[in-house]
Amino acid sequence: VSVLPYLVAVWLLCAGIYGVVSSRHLVHLVTCLAVAQSSTYVLLLGIGYRRGAQAPIFGDIPTSARVVDPVVQALTLTDVVVSATVTALLLAIAVQAHKRFGSVDPDDLNALRG
Amino acid sequence: MALASLAILVPLLCAILLAATTSLRRRRIADVVALAAAGTVVVLCAALAARAAGHPVVAWMGGWRPRGGVALGIDLYADALGAGLAAFAGVLAVAGLAVAWNQVDVAGHLFHALVLTVLAGMVGFCLSGDLFTMFVFLELMAVPAYALAGFRVAERAPLEGALNFAITNALGALLVLVGIALVYGRTGALNMAQIGQALAGRPADALVAVAFALIACGLFAKAAIVPFHFWLADAYAVAPTSICLLFAGALSELGLYGVARVYWTMFAGPLGPHAEAVRDVLLALGLLTALIGGAMCATQRHLKRLVAFATVAHMGVLLCGVALLDGAGAAGVAVFVVGDGLVKAGLFVAVGALEHRRGSVDEARLYGRGRDLPVLGAVFCASGLALAAVPPFGPFLGRALIEDAAAEHGLAWIAPVLAVSTALIGGAVLRVVRTVFLGRGPVPPPTRSTAAGEAGEDPAERGRAPVATLISVVLVAAGLAWGLVPGLVDGAAAAAARFVDRGAYAAGVLRGVATDVAAPAGHGPTTTAWLWGAGSALLALAVAWAPTVPVGPLRALHSGRIGDYVAWLAAGTALVAGVLALAV
Repeated sequence: VSVLPYLVAVWLLCAGIYGVVSSRHLVHLVTCLAVAQSSTYVLLLGIGYRRGAQAPIFGDIPTSARVVDPVVQALTLTDVVVSATVTALLLAIAVQAHKRFGSVDPDDLNALRG
Repeated sequence: MALASLAILVPLLCAILLAATTSLRRRRIADVVALAAAGTVVVLCAALAARAAGHPVVAWMGGWRPRGGVALGIDLYADALGAGLAAFAGVLAVAGLAVAWNQVDVAGHLFHALVLTVLAGMVGFCLSGDLFTMFVFLELMAVPAYALAGFRVAERAPLEGALNFAITNALGALLVLVGIALVYGRTGALNMAQIGQALAGRPADALVAVAFALIACGLFAKAAIVPFHFWLADAYAVAPTSICLLFAGALSELGLYGVARVYWTMFAGPLGPHAEAVRDVLLALGLLTALIGGAMCATQRHLKRLVAFATVAHMGVLLCGVALLDGAGAAGVAVFVVGDGLVKAGLFVAVGALEHRRGSVDEARLYGRGRDLPVLGAVFCASGLALAAVPPFGPFLGRALIEDAAAEHGLAWIAPVLAVSTALIGGAVLRVVRTVFLGRGPVPPPTRSTAAGEAGEDPAERGRAPVATLISVVLVAAGLAWGLVPGLVDGAAAAAARFVDRGAYAAGVLRGVATDVAAPAGHGPTTTAWLWGAGSALLALAVAWAPTVPVGPLRALHSGRIGDYVAWLAAGTALVAGVLALAV
């Protein structure tokens, strides 16, 4: 298994976190969070990958066939659902912030400190 | 067998029912159904804990039992500590729903549905025997919690609090998942007992250390351990009171429970030879959290933020107990979680009741305005003393057990540090008694942060205040009495001995063999612990009279900027992972 998927996963994670740290727009911030979360998809699928293997659907291939790990694919699907929920909730908060306070800059909310 | 599944299914199905019928807008239905569901969870989990006291209960979903010592399906594992913690979360949910009973600002059924979903997630998290299931339940309790923190969306502060809460915790969960992926890549298993067996086969390397660090740091974000704690005060200061008590009493504690569970079932084998390094890292984080939380607590004028930082400080004390990496420390943590959680929940309800009566949570504005509220004053006073770990109440007993366990590792010096931390918290609460309820001594200066969440809840709720006061009295009294329960120390020691026994866990899960774990004789607090308890009480009185604590730079770090919080989270994770990877 090549090392490339792991490098991509680390890169996505770091880029996403950098985006969240430096963001000045809530929608941009939520998108950066989604980028960071997508690093886990790449990581999981990279872990389950087998060179030259088929999709793990045994309807038309012999059960002895070499297939990629189906468990990580199930984990990735679950993870996508979880991430989508968080993203939807955060975007709803962003919409509320825009509707009520006319700003989507996280620094403009600024009601809490100390 | 069915008990464990039902404890998760009942609140979840009731939540779905309430969410589906939200258009009816019948408050009474929502209140009754939610309270009944939460009460059922308490009964089921208590029954489960009672049954698991001798031998843990293992339930395999769909009957997919392990074959030849290899786990095929997904299991729920209930031991006395896990089921007990789930029952405790249920008790706090009942108290929270009782506070919310007929409250005006939660019209519709969605509020109750969210509370029940959080509860289902908590119970599932406590009982999960599978690493990925644990992650899913972690998210199941987190996502509705974000929504509950920002329930009053019409105001600026709840929006910001919910945003900070959601983003930091979502990143924390992401770190947990990366750690899980690394563990799966190494072992090819997701069952915690199976992983523990696979990892124990060979010595730890950097990958195992980094996987543990990522899972632990992700859970520390939930548990509000410094430097992952910034979101907590923002979220708890703005959430409705009925939710605060569930959050402060159980949500953060579950993060640490997760770290302890993951360590003892999976990583104790490979990291065992490096226990000193793990202990040093966790202890450093715990002590830092205890001190910073205590100092921040003592400077707060916003009462909800004050209790929120008390939670942070207590998480530090609890992490010190977990960091000892033995059964005695875990027993102390278990006792502390319940005693302290009850007192803090009662204190949150009392703050809410004060807010209803006087329309403010700003100590400076409330100065002397609580003179005619003797019952609330008494609740504040009792909880201040209990939080300062005055013997022989619940929080004292837990802290004393942790200190005694530390002394056996030659770490007796952490006792004074913990005493300072708890004295700062207790002193801050006692200072509120002095200013608000007695109207004596120096007037606290108004600060900027107190502007947040100042709007107060609906004035029509003020009629509910007597009920809230009563609930706060009951909760604080229960927290005080917790330290006096006969047989508690022995029971906790036996449950903790089972909790930290990896061999018995693996045998119970993978081979269905009920192993007996030798229960060590629990012993009550030593004289030294009593002395430190008395010392912290005296120090708390001094703190209560002191005008201010000068920690300007520390407050400046709590900037309210989400970017700063995430930067701290990333830096903290990199540091912990780096140190652990170098140590193995």
